[in-house]
Amino acid sequence: MKKILKHREILLLAIIAVMIAGFASRAQGFAAPGNLANIFNDTSILIILALGQMTVILTKSIDLSVAANLAFTGMAVAMTDAAYPGLPLILLVIMSIGIGACLGAINGYLVWALQIPPIVVTLGTLTIYRGMAFVLSGGAWVNAHQMTPTFLNVPRMPLLGLPVLSWVAIVIVIGAWFVLTRLPFGRAAYASGGNPTAAVYAGIDIGRTRFFAFVLSGALAGLCGYLWVSRYAVAYVDVAIGFELDTVAACVIGGISIAGGIGSVGGAVLGALFLGVIKNALPVIGISPFAQMAISGIVIVLAVVFNARAERRAGRIILRDRAAPEISA
Amino acid sequence: MPLRTQPIGTESTSVTVPILEMRGISQIFPGVKALDGVDIRLYPGQVTALIGENGAGKSTLVKILTGIYRPNEGEILIDGKPVAFAGAQAAIDAGVTAIHQETVLFDDLTVGENIFLGHAPRTRFGMIDWRAINSRARDLLQALESEVDPGIRLRDLSIAQRHLVAIARALSVEARIVIMDEPTAALSRKEIDDLFRIIEGLKRQGKAILFISHKFDEVYEIAENFVVFRDGRAVGQGRLRETPQEDIVRLMVGRDVKDVFPKVEVSIGAPVLRVEGFCHPTEFRDISFELRRGEILGVYGLIGAGRSELCQALFGVTRRSAGGLTLEGQPVDIRSSSDAIAAGIVYVPEERGRHGLALPMPIFQNMSLPSLRQTSRRGFLKAAGELALARKYAERLDLRAASLSVPVGTLSGGNQQKVVIGKWLATRPKVIILDEPTKGIDIGSKAAVHGFIGELASEGLSIIMVSSELPEILGMSDRVLVMREGLTAGLFDRQQLNAETLVRAATGNT
Repeated sequence: MKKILKHREILLLAIIAVMIAGFASRAQGFAAPGNLANIFNDTSILIILALGQMTVILTKSIDLSVAANLAFTGMAVAMTDAAYPGLPLILLVIMSIGIGACLGAINGYLVWALQIPPIVVTLGTLTIYRGMAFVLSGGAWVNAHQMTPTFLNVPRMPLLGLPVLSWVAIVIVIGAWFVLTRLPFGRAAYASGGNPTAAVYAGIDIGRTRFFAFVLSGALAGLCGYLWVSRYAVAYVDVAIGFELDTVAACVIGGISIAGGIGSVGGAVLGALFLGVIKNALPVIGISPFAQMAISGIVIVLAVVFNARAERRAGRIILRDRAAPEISA
Repeated sequence: MPLRTQPIGTESTSVTVPILEMRGISQIFPGVKALDGVDIRLYPGQVTALIGENGAGKSTLVKILTGIYRPNEGEILIDGKPVAFAGAQAAIDAGVTAIHQETVLFDDLTVGENIFLGHAPRTRFGMIDWRAINSRARDLLQALESEVDPGIRLRDLSIAQRHLVAIARALSVEARIVIMDEPTAALSRKEIDDLFRIIEGLKRQGKAILFISHKFDEVYEIAENFVVFRDGRAVGQGRLRETPQEDIVRLMVGRDVKDVFPKVEVSIGAPVLRVEGFCHPTEFRDISFELRRGEILGVYGLIGAGRSELCQALFGVTRRSAGGLTLEGQPVDIRSSSDAIAAGIVYVPEERGRHGLALPMPIFQNMSLPSLRQTSRRGFLKAAGELALARKYAERLDLRAASLSVPVGTLSGGNQQKVVIGKWLATRPKVIILDEPTKGIDIGSKAAVHGFIGELASEGLSIIMVSSELPEILGMSDRVLVMREGLTAGLFDRQQLNAETLVRAATGNT
């Protein structure tokens, strides 16, 4: 199946390339390196969030609170920056990661200690975190002129041809790959989702593994809180509303199994880029925003159908062997 | 092998006409022919036993008869008329009902709802007739000599009671052909006797029964006819009364099998594990025993005696409420499975598929999962170390796989089992707990597993073997702990071992 997965990533890459070529034939310059770099930069936040989401999904959980976490954290750092313009940026970044991780830890704790299903926990905290953003700000906006220039400019500062925002995404992609393939935590995440019972019997604490997956997802969401507010130069309660679904969609398109245990960093990144290309291309070739949403939705459904078929094909191999030694499996 | 060429249909002496006849049925899956030109006849008022090793095609046949698969070739006749089942409902309408190997029921529905799901009686206005559901469910259960209340949730029933509900469900439709796929697997001897009484009743009603079982004593007890499957073909059929067991075994495996247990004589060493006063809030109480180096301790008892629960507590998966454990003289406190693995105690669970393997993960990662501390360096995973470990045990266990990087899910059942065992041996344990090590595997593979257990003991491992099969317990164990209702019912040395003593201790009959 690893071959199919590899295969699928190459396939996804090919589809993205074909799409770009297709759009380029309608809109000149779409495939120009500068524009592609723009699309990547534009998708950076989605990539980072999708990697956190993927880690959670691998453990057979889901984190619906990422966008709300982002909104709250973004609001908190924007207000801090507005109130104390003297604070160094690095402190604000650490603060955003810290707040995000704490919010993630709350999710993780509820899932771990109270054994509440992750979808219920994060559906609840989604509302709570957004509500907290409102309480914190009193519904007010933090606008560009209230933020310090460093706060706004660092992510878009070019470095070796790419903005810092893109570099942050690249570093996190490498980091996620390392964590998931080279650290015992990553292996534990795959095992917890692949077969939770077998994982327990192998001495893995799946509760703790899920907890740390949520902390990781929360920390990345917190970091994205800063990146988002800085990129769009505004913080308000409804920032990134519904964005959690985009992160799930990126994972699904990238071949991460919602049932847990299957998926790769490459897949999640390509899934996010796929969405990014569509979002950037449709306005360029003059498709109305309403049709855009419908098209994005259709693509997601198609991806799910494709994944389901691929998984069924894999399943049949197992089934054939199962049909043979009935219960010895 | 003369029996192999025995023409199919020697039961032509039978005076009755078959209710159901299958002619030349073939079922092809991508890359494998699960059934190849199978002929079967089922007669009213008779039980036909379907016998075969794992993978012989028994379950595929059941799925064809219940309308889940459509055969690629051949025809099915009921009362001499050809039928084609478009789906599960079509099979039920044609009068075929099945009791599946794993009961497919809904935990959160009531007994009555489970029995009538999909064919609930309706009132005049087309609404579900709850009164009829409950009264008819009660009648069905009473016919099965069960006093289960149709209104209670399935969740609150014992395994055996659930099985009765499954049987009641199968009988709730007007069926003339009843298929029972390993119905006795989860039942105790007493419940099996009850089931056989029910089957006798069904026979009297003129129903045709297809009975699938691994256990020869049961087959001879209840069935009139037999069909033996091997590699998707019906290799022999006839009347059981005229066929000795050895012939059937030979047909089944295609070779002679000596059903002996290769008990290796091992010099038993110093005590390794001492368990003192182990208690669990609900499942068992005050269990003490000692296990020595190279010793095989059999744990025998009826289903529900608390054997698996004891093993899980020893392994730290469930928590004990009292009691202590010493390993090589050192007291150890096991609070989780990782504590147990670190101390050198491992547990090979009964349901290897569900508890043993992460099917999407590669073979080598499954094997190294409990040994990651051993294979990684400074907290980083080392794929090379993991592969080396996996290769070592794959070789030792003769694991057949294209590569150690393919997902475990692509392996056959027998090879998956080797991965599970390899995974635990790789932790270099001192004590290995095997829970029903040969449950559901065929005779040929059983001998291999027994041989391997003996080998482990001779290498100095101490083994706790839970089993419900008396011959296995008697043949393999150095000592036997018998449990009954969560208590120690006896601890017997090899010299004292005989079937009668163990059964008496396990059932409490004196």
